Formats: sequence, C-alpha cells, structure tokens
Amino acid sequence: MSDTEKKTKININNVSFEYVDKKSKYEALKDISLEIKEGEFVCLLGSSGCGKSTLLSLLNGMNKATKGEIRVDGKLVSGPGIDRAVVFQHYSLFPWLTAKGNVLFGIKQNGKNYSKKQRLELADSYLESVGLSYAKDKYPAQLSGGMQQRVAVARALALESDILLFDEPFGAIDPKLRLELQELVSRLSVEKKKTVVFVTHDIDEAILLADRIVVMEPGKIRTIVDVDIPHPRKRDDLVGKKKYEELHKKLITSFYNHVEENIYEEVFL
Amino acid sequence: MNIKIINLLITGIGETFYMVVASTVISYILGIPLGVLVYATDKNGICQNSFVNRIVGLVINLVRSVPFLILLVAILPFTRAIVGTTIGSSASVVPLVVAATPFVARMVEASLKEVDHGVVEAAQAMGSTGWQIISKVLVPEAKPSLLVGMTIAFTTILGYSAMAGFVGGGGLGAIAVNYGYYRYQTKVMLITVALLVLIVQIFQEGGLKLASYIDKRIKR
Repeated sequence: MSDTEKKTKININNVSFEYVDKKSKYEALKDISLEIKEGEFVCLLGSSGCGKSTLLSLLNGMNKATKGEIRVDGKLVSGPGIDRAVVFQHYSLFPWLTAKGNVLFGIKQNGKNYSKKQRLELADSYLESVGLSYAKDKYPAQLSGGMQQRVAVARALALESDILLFDEPFGAIDPKLRLELQELVSRLSVEKKKTVVFVTHDIDEAILLADRIVVMEPGKIRTIVDVDIPHPRKRDDLVGKKKYEELHKKLITSFYNHVEENIYEEVFL
Repeated sequence: MNIKIINLLITGIGETFYMVVASTVISYILGIPLGVLVYATDKNGICQNSFVNRIVGLVINLVRSVPFLILLVAILPFTRAIVGTTIGSSASVVPLVVAATPFVARMVEASLKEVDHGVVEAAQAMGSTGWQIISKVLVPEAKPSLLVGMTIAFTTILGYSAMAGFVGGGGLGAIAVNYGYYRYQTKVMLITVALLVLIVQIFQEGGLKLASYIDKRIKR
C-alpha cells in the first residue's frame, strides 16, 4: 500500500502563527505546510520552543492561524471539534468523575446518541483496551500519572474521531511505563485505524511510533524523515537493528545541529 | 429565667433560621448566575465580554461597598414595595438578599477561578459548548469550594441578620437589642450571643464536612 493511494486527511497550508501581547509579537510558526494522509502516524519532533505544540494547538483549534489555513477532510478548522480528539501533556482528567465517568463523558460528547446501556458497555471496552478495567471506579487522584494518561487515551478514543492529537503526553512518566504507553498507543492507532499527530522531544519515542517524523526548528520544518519499519514495533526488536541506528543518527544530527546553531547565535551574535 | 423569655428565645431562633436560610437560598439563586456571568465574561473567559464584565463588576462593587446598616435603611421603600412592610423577619430578608447576592457572586467567581484551566481546555477539545462547560465541568469541579463559600456566606448573613434587629427585624438579633441593650438584661444578651455562636459552629462544621466529603481531588 503506497502513500499516494491514500486520501489526504489533514492539510496544513502556509500556516503562520504569532503570539501577540501588549508589547511584543512573537512569530511561533512561519509559513508551515504539511500534508498528512489517512491512517498515518506523524511525529512532530523538536526541542522546546520550536513551535511543535503551537502547531498542535492550531490543529485542535484552540489557537487560530494568523495566516494560512488548516483543513481536515477538506473542511476548514475553525475551532475545537469532535473530529479531532486530544491527549494533553498535563493530566486533564475531570477530578470529580471516576475513570469510567471520564470515558463516559467522551462517549456522550461524540454525538452518536448511544443508549445508556451501549454507553456503559463502550466505556468498559475502552477502559479494557488501555488495560485499566480493574481501576474503572477509581478517581483520578487515586491513580498514578501513567494510569491517568491511560484513562486520557481511553477518553480520547471514546470520542470516536478519526484523528488523535497527542501533546507530549508521556513527558512526565517514568521510562518503563512510558514504553508501555508508547506501545499501547502504537498498537491502538493501527488497530483502530487512526490518523495520529504526536508531539514529542524524544527521538526514540518518535522512531518507535511514527510513519513520518517531522523535525522542527524554531518556527519551521527542518526536515521530514520517513520511518520505514513495519508496525507493530517493539522497542526491544528495534534497538541494535541497522535501520534503527541509521535513523537515530540521522535524527540526532538534525536535532543537535540546530541546537548548536542556537548556542552559536546566543554566544556570538 | 422565666418561661416568657425562654419562649421568646425559641421564637427568636426560629425567626433567625427563617431569615438566614431564606436569604442564603435566594442570594444563591441570584448570585450563582451572576458569579458565572462575571467569570465567563472575564478576560480569557469562555465568553469574553469586557463591557458586560465591567458593568456587572461595578454594580457588585457598588452594593458591596455600602455598609449593611445603611443599605438596610436606604432600601426601606424597596422592601415595603416587595413584602408590604418594613418590620419583622420577612422584611429583613429583602435587604439581606440585596446585600448578600453580590457577596455570593464574588464567592462563586472565586470558586470558579480555582478550577484548573487544563480541565476547561479538555472539555473544549471534546467539543463542549459554553453552557456544557459551565454546567458539566465548572460547577461540578468547583462544588466543594462552592460549599465552603456557602458556609462563609451563611455566617456573614447570620451576622447581618442580627444587625437587622436594630431597625425592627426579627430573630435573635432583635432580642439581643431589645432586651440586652435597651433593657440592660445582660443575661439575655449573653444567651443570644451563645446561641448565635452555636448556630455558626453547627453550620460551619457541617458545611466543611460536607465539602470535604464530596471532594474527589483528595486521595482517600
């Protein structure tokens, strides 16, 4: 199956974005264009402040592009919508609802008017898919960070949208659990045929998950790297393989080159 | 102490309860929408509108800056127009509501402001409308804080209700004024004070207990 046969899902056309406050303007994104195919898993990789999260906020509609436009299935994005589910960096579960209650909230929002019985069954099945059936009646405060993000993933799935957006969701989670969550996301996105945009600053995470890695430098796309490794990927299988090492080296080079440039600019300009 | 005074005190307790509970309920019915309005129209709020925000904020601040005793007297014509009289417990409810509503609105606003913005953002990302965010996210999340606010409002209104005793309002305040102050019956004065303290304690403790019981943010 080649990419050219697949439909374009997300179209980012010459998008710029400026943060404006009273005294200053800061151009976070300059004339970005990117096309994302249906069912594709794209990682936005870059260091802090390169605009990757800003780009995601434009995709989910929380911010509006200053110039250019974003289209999903050909329709202009004008605000947040249930066709794009988001998993945030911070834990954003509703603290007064149980894990199941949080997932039910997502199901009620998805606009499909299920009966109460169907909703309850669906909530159970989504929690099962993230391996949290045993904790469905717990409140977020009773769950660890990793478990909370699992619920957040289940809640995002519950919206039943084609597109999943992740904003550095596993940044604050310990490495072992992070790997479990990465493999979970990788498996679910293939199983449920989702189009995914995943923001990260972790090179290994990007290689493990992505079909395509968009390496960003402040405001711009630096380069796009295809990851030609079949899914589902397991970290243990990847490490040591030649293809993986090559990719890793390539990404490290483009990642650190610009960091060096930044340091150079700071020191010498 | 004779039976007459005891009966008087019992009626006083009843009247105080009536005034304070009625005023708290009515001020919350009026104050919650007002507080939500101020919160939602604030800068970076969910339906930003600085004109509405300023006008409502100004009215709230104006009423709040009038000392209660003066407000009480100043709105006597308004009170008469609504309940037909200016003396007794029902007549006290009107100024109590007028004074407490802006106070409640500010308390509600403060409670809503405590809600983590990330939670609101998550609801927006799931396509929630402004009304859904208020009713399904903000109010449930702020419920414990709203309840704590309510116990504070209750205590404040109780204090105000005692003041109403000076200008013909009913309840324990009136007894303290009429017997303790005008007739130098220190004993009656002390008893009414003790009763007021007791009522505050019961409601304060009860409110806080209830608030922590429904608060799911705490690990248990």
